[in-house]
Amino acid sequence: MIRLRYPFTMECGVYQTTYEQDLALHPTPLSAWRGWVLVGLLFLVPVFLPTYYLSILNLVVVFTIAALGLNLLTGVSGQISVGHGAFTGMGAFTVGFLMKHGLSFWLAMPLAGLTAALVGALFGLPSARLKGLYLAIASLAAQVILSFFFLRADWFTGGINSMSVMRPTLFGYSLDSELSYLYLGLTLALLLGVFAQNLLRTRMGRALMAVRDRDLAAEVMGVDLFKTKVMAFALSAFYAGIAGALWAPYVMIISPDQFDFHLSIELLAMIIIGGLGVVMGSVYGAAFMTLLPILVRELSTLLMPIFPSIGGKLLLLRDATFGTAIILFLVFEPEGLARLWRKVKDYYRLWPFSY
Amino acid sequence: MSDGLGFFLNLSVNGIVVGALYALVALGFVLIYKASGVINLAQGEMVLLGAYIGLMFSTSLKVPFILALVLSIGVSALVGITIERVVLRPFIGEPPISIIMVTLGLSFLIKSVIHLIWGTDLRSFQGVFRSEPITLGPVAISEVFLYSLVAALVLLAVLTAFFKYSILGIAMRATADDEQAALSMGISVKRVLAATWAVAAMVAAVGGIFLGNIAGVNPLLTSYGLKVLPVAILGGLDSIPGAIVGGFIIGILESLTGGYLDPYMTGVKEVVPFVVMILILLVKPYGLFGKEIIERV
Repeated sequence: MIRLRYPFTMECGVYQTTYEQDLALHPTPLSAWRGWVLVGLLFLVPVFLPTYYLSILNLVVVFTIAALGLNLLTGVSGQISVGHGAFTGMGAFTVGFLMKHGLSFWLAMPLAGLTAALVGALFGLPSARLKGLYLAIASLAAQVILSFFFLRADWFTGGINSMSVMRPTLFGYSLDSELSYLYLGLTLALLLGVFAQNLLRTRMGRALMAVRDRDLAAEVMGVDLFKTKVMAFALSAFYAGIAGALWAPYVMIISPDQFDFHLSIELLAMIIIGGLGVVMGSVYGAAFMTLLPILVRELSTLLMPIFPSIGGKLLLLRDATFGTAIILFLVFEPEGLARLWRKVKDYYRLWPFSY
Repeated sequence: MSDGLGFFLNLSVNGIVVGALYALVALGFVLIYKASGVINLAQGEMVLLGAYIGLMFSTSLKVPFILALVLSIGVSALVGITIERVVLRPFIGEPPISIIMVTLGLSFLIKSVIHLIWGTDLRSFQGVFRSEPITLGPVAISEVFLYSLVAALVLLAVLTAFFKYSILGIAMRATADDEQAALSMGISVKRVLAATWAVAAMVAAVGGIFLGNIAGVNPLLTSYGLKVLPVAILGGLDSIPGAIVGGFIIGILESLTGGYLDPYMTGVKEVVPFVVMILILLVKPYGLFGKEIIERV
């Protein structure tokens, strides 16, 4: 295909004339280049960062993967799940269980993803009959039941005694530094993110969105509702499982209370704050939700000399900002950080003719 | 054999009284759903808030219990109106995910505000109810349980009458049925929704005060907010009698599984209601008494 335009232009409107252009991953050659530069920076910059920032980035990466999964389910196909914390836990405990029995991490991780996908599909079955609020309640039940299972199934999870998981090794080199683990996480997150972005351009992705927008219309157009919904649950739980599988060896000690209702809510908050149905939104949301408690902590250490009692109220402040952030985003920017970022970009792209 | 029967009866009675408390909490939940189609996941926090307000009047300000109950119902109504006005108003007609998330955000906010004001220590109402149990044949039941049961039944009667005969109650039902039609009939939907949250907060306060009398007041009370979901689903999300009957059924079920199965599997009684809930959702999503209008896929 001949590109007549100057390769470094930016689009200032929609000039697509074919479906291929509409479906393209990168609308302009420049955006493709920018993507590659970003990937390069992602892998280059961490080398120069201190360990503390690397540990934050590691968490962001883990939550990004889990949020990506939930976003595929809730944002793209419109099925609400309040049980993703449990699916993440399923992945984490499976990887721990398999590694304890001598399986290599590289085999255990995909298996953990698949186990989570299976459980996700199982608890996605009610979506065949329920939607909206009712489905959300059903997934809440899934969370409660799985939490109970994690706590009781000593043979699988170690129960209340928690479980220790070893860091994986690659070609005899153990990934026990923050940097090496970050590279593992980044690679996985990139692969899964690109997969998600590409999925949205396929038949399957369009089917998911059709189900979200109007299930009846989707069915009339030949989308198999049941299959699509259960697929969405399985895929999304797979992402959550992989996130759990990445998380477990990172923190090295996992216990059932890490994967309770609270985690499910945090994941939901991530995709709401980041942007529903937008792949990059999961990244922004995960980063926001990881940074928020850290910022609260830093801020309260700063204020410590003025209000000495603030140290004991840290948890409380964190919860309060968490709740307030959710409410404020829902009221003022329901489409989340992704939309805010797009607005900023649009402002500069269209400047000075922003109408 | 009669010992076994006594055990069973004791468990059942215990289940009934716990069920009455569930019913009290579930009522507030059902009210909000009935009038606005919102599932309020902050119900547990509203219960806790009610309990603390009651505690403040009854213990700190030394107001007689009945007066304290009335006063805290009043204050809770104001809190309910404020919550609706400040937080829920922009969400009229928004998709379920936004509403679920906003009530979750609200629950975090309320919980931390409570924490900030009252701390997390276990506090108790002192000397409101006698601690000696009343024995009825083979079963023993403490006074506070009996009064909770009475309170639940009185509220049931009052609320049923309210929805059936009062103008505001009918307006609430109309709003729940069809917001647009209600608007065109001259009903102020905003005012109706504010009233709904006020009533729900009042019911939550009653529930919270009785719960606080039984187990003491501390943030663990909020767990009732999630526990009543199975109750509401079983009874039908939009049915007031359903909330009461569902409360009793879940209460008895929980008590029986606690008595018979817990020795083998600790904590199973916490999960059984949720298992039941999933089954009900699959078989009869509108519950025992709910209106059969929910959209099936």
